[in-house]
Amino acid sequence: MPAIKSLEDLKRIREEALEKRKVKTESGVAQVTVAMGTCGIAAGARDTMKAILNYIETNNVSGVVVTQTGCIGMCEREPIVQVTIGEQPKVTYGKVTPDIAERIMKEHVQAGKTVSEFVVPA
Amino acid sequence: MREIALHLLDIAENSVAANAHMIALTVCEDLHHDRLTASVTDDGKGMDAEMVAKVVDPFITSRTTRKVGLGIPLFKAAAEACNGELTIQSEVGKGTRMEVDFQHSHIDRMPLGDLASTLLTLVVAYPHIRWVFEYTAVAKMGSPREQYIFDSQPIVAELGDIPLTEPEVLAFLRETLEIGITQAQAALKN
Repeated sequence: MPAIKSLEDLKRIREEALEKRKVKTESGVAQVTVAMGTCGIAAGARDTMKAILNYIETNNVSGVVVTQTGCIGMCEREPIVQVTIGEQPKVTYGKVTPDIAERIMKEHVQAGKTVSEFVVPA
Repeated sequence: MREIALHLLDIAENSVAANAHMIALTVCEDLHHDRLTASVTDDGKGMDAEMVAKVVDPFITSRTTRKVGLGIPLFKAAAEACNGELTIQSEVGKGTRMEVDFQHSHIDRMPLGDLASTLLTLVVAYPHIRWVFEYTAVAKMGSPREQYIFDSQPIVAELGDIPLTEPEVLAFLRETLEIGITQAQAALKN
């Protein structure tokens, strides 16, 4: 059975992250928001969130801000994910399954190209 | 919702909305007494007695985007269908405590579900809140209780200005929670 992680591990992680930050160039912070109201959770928002966090972890994506919001009044389109890159306007995606979340992370958050087929018109 | 862990996520979101600084979640699986209990306690803005009475009603909510709230009534109905109950104690300015209880072996009891994902989701999205989680397992017939406790405060303090969404930090948090919960739950299978 693997050992429980300690705060010593965390110290090392922090130093590595600081080191990486030095070499990274800021190209506009990406913010990803998952709607996590009762409607969102019931529609699968936690699995969508999990897919986003998994993508960051497995693809070693640094500098993405992941947050949550409550019900935004479009319950029938849940799970909803919103992406903001730098100063660009916010893009809202609807019915975001874990697979679609992965595409949004890859194509929009990392490559800067909106995944237009899942965009919810504002 | 098909998991107790998803309902707990839903209830914890209410605590976040109540501007809590510290939110404690507990889950106890007691096979000896055949109960599954869980609680969410916050130090948020609280509710008066009238609001507490109304909050289990599906047509009352503090939300402004819609006029119905279904999270708590659904969870309450699920508990009552399994010889259990859901209670809420709250005081304005002090905070709120929600407790829920199920007959562990009841055929209609939904699975506990993915507690680690629920915790990871909350801690990462709301790092300014102190999250405390306590999981307890009591196997049958006087065996010792197995417990796992997670506290986000020392982790966030150690990281300083490094966000929790950095890949190495996410891996650390996910593994910490998954291993801790799995090890404590293993006691139930012996």
